[in-house]
Amino acid sequence: MSTTIHPGAASGASEQAPPAAPLPALVDLQGLSVQFGNREILRSLTASLRGRSIGLLGPNGAGKSTLINTLLGFYKSSAGSARVFGYDIGTEVRKIRSLVGYMPENDAFISKMTAVSFVRMMGELSGLPPDMALERAHEALFYVGLAEARYRHLGTYSLGMKQLAKLAQAIVHGPKLLILDEPTNGLDPSARQRMIRMIREIRDGKEMRILLCSHLLRDVEDTCDEVLILKQGRIAHYSNLDEERRANKRFLELETYGANGDFTEAIEKLGCECAVTANRMKMILADGVETRDIFRLAAERQVRIRRMNFRRDSLEDIFLKAMES
Amino acid sequence: MAIYRRNYKPYSGTTTPEWSRFLVLFRYSRRNLFRSKFMTAFFVICFFYPAVCLAVIYVAHSASFLAQFGLPGGILSIDNKFFYAFISVQGVFAFLLTAFAGPGLISPDLANGALPLYFCRPFSRAEYVLGKSSVLAILLSQITWVPGLVLFIVQASLAGASWTWTNLWIAGSLVLSSLLWIAILSLLAMALSAWVKWRIVAGALLLALMFFGAGFAQAINAVLRTESGHFLNVAYLMETVWNSLFQVDATHAIPVSQAWIALLLYCLICLALLMRKVRAYEVVQ
Repeated sequence: MSTTIHPGAASGASEQAPPAAPLPALVDLQGLSVQFGNREILRSLTASLRGRSIGLLGPNGAGKSTLINTLLGFYKSSAGSARVFGYDIGTEVRKIRSLVGYMPENDAFISKMTAVSFVRMMGELSGLPPDMALERAHEALFYVGLAEARYRHLGTYSLGMKQLAKLAQAIVHGPKLLILDEPTNGLDPSARQRMIRMIREIRDGKEMRILLCSHLLRDVEDTCDEVLILKQGRIAHYSNLDEERRANKRFLELETYGANGDFTEAIEKLGCECAVTANRMKMILADGVETRDIFRLAAERQVRIRRMNFRRDSLEDIFLKAMES
Repeated sequence: MAIYRRNYKPYSGTTTPEWSRFLVLFRYSRRNLFRSKFMTAFFVICFFYPAVCLAVIYVAHSASFLAQFGLPGGILSIDNKFFYAFISVQGVFAFLLTAFAGPGLISPDLANGALPLYFCRPFSRAEYVLGKSSVLAILLSQITWVPGLVLFIVQASLAGASWTWTNLWIAGSLVLSSLLWIAILSLLAMALSAWVKWRIVAGALLLALMFFGAGFAQAINAVLRTESGHFLNVAYLMETVWNSLFQVDATHAIPVSQAWIALLLYCLICLALLMRKVRAYEVVQ
């Protein structure tokens, strides 16, 4: 049995109020299944993805790329349906494709073309008039940082540069949704940093929404505000990362000097749960209690706080929990 | 164009009509093709024979020129056999041009995994095939039926209305025979390049298919004492159809209708092979 999943609902975290102005649904999955031969790759996925930047996480073979390819109409669904921006993937795939920029995982280029010709051609195929496509090809290549190399043949590019060229072709026509399939694949640390920074800039620019598929938790954590975790073709978890982070701020660890029972009592009066061992205190902050309240209580009682540590569950914890579930 | 700032802005202008997008592929592919000097030179050479034919038509109607050499007026006859010879020669050039230009149209896209980039846009597989095949179709048209029709018009203007009306069917035969040859060649070249993915091997395969196909057909005929082997010889099938279209007397082992069906079947098989390979990602079942 499948149920509609909204961020946070499947996480088991405390109920959070929905955002004041929720974004329209980016992707609606309604029992979507995809089958290759006898092998079921996606199994009755049902979710409504609404975030500005959504990460698709999962181990290799979980069905992340298959989901993306199905949303783009490359694969046919065997059961159920899906909508992107309200358009059905079965009947209105052309409309979906006109709103989407796609950066595939593997090498995808035309070796004997210069980057500017390549990006221009892709722009023209998306419907830009030739002059405008040329102008925007230059702009996109400048934007991704390939300005100096834009007249070089793509065959001579390094892997990192090819990734950037793929990003340029994905944004040249000004899509509403940018789909990135393993964008940091094969990049060295500095190139990865550049790519992540670029994705964050695009996200923060708010012109495009992002669907990022990766098996690297760090990439998703750095760039996404929502995460959909897939496991063996099923949705293992879908949550809002900000809300998860906020929920996990309750765990606080203090190392103090001069603390006594009075300080602990005062904290407990705020509604926090405390556990004291020697000069260390572990507490779960109650709703509405902020760290500045702890600092205030400590100052009033002349307690020195030598170390304060938020124990936040990282995405890795969320991922592992989802995998174990 | 000056670029002052590294920023991104969305596009809100007009877009080109969807039906015209395949022409983008045509433009870029054609431009890439003519970057090769060999290709340009060979394309020019393809017009040598039409130029000779044009001269022959002029000479055939120039009594004073013939008189200079002491030749009678009707020694050069411009008729169906003349145009059949024209299309046969140009057909060979068309084949060689296809062997050179055809495999390079699709195989680089497949080898470099570029197909998802085409199909993630509002651009279908049929439009892709149409865009790529239009390069060959227009290129081959320029050396087959277009100069053929020019020759026919020149001949018609020199020979007069009576000849024109009597031989108008030759113009139709020129166009039809050329289009069939163009369709066969384009689809064969693209299907082979889609399956082989390696341009040079695909070109070699196309040549092998024509030359070894003829040899293989002969071998089958000899061993099995049959005429069915000719169905494997595309050139023979084409010759049968051309002979019929130009009403040239020749004996053929297989009926014209069966040759037509076989050629159309070849086209359909190539199209099916092409559509099977030309997709964003291959589904491994």
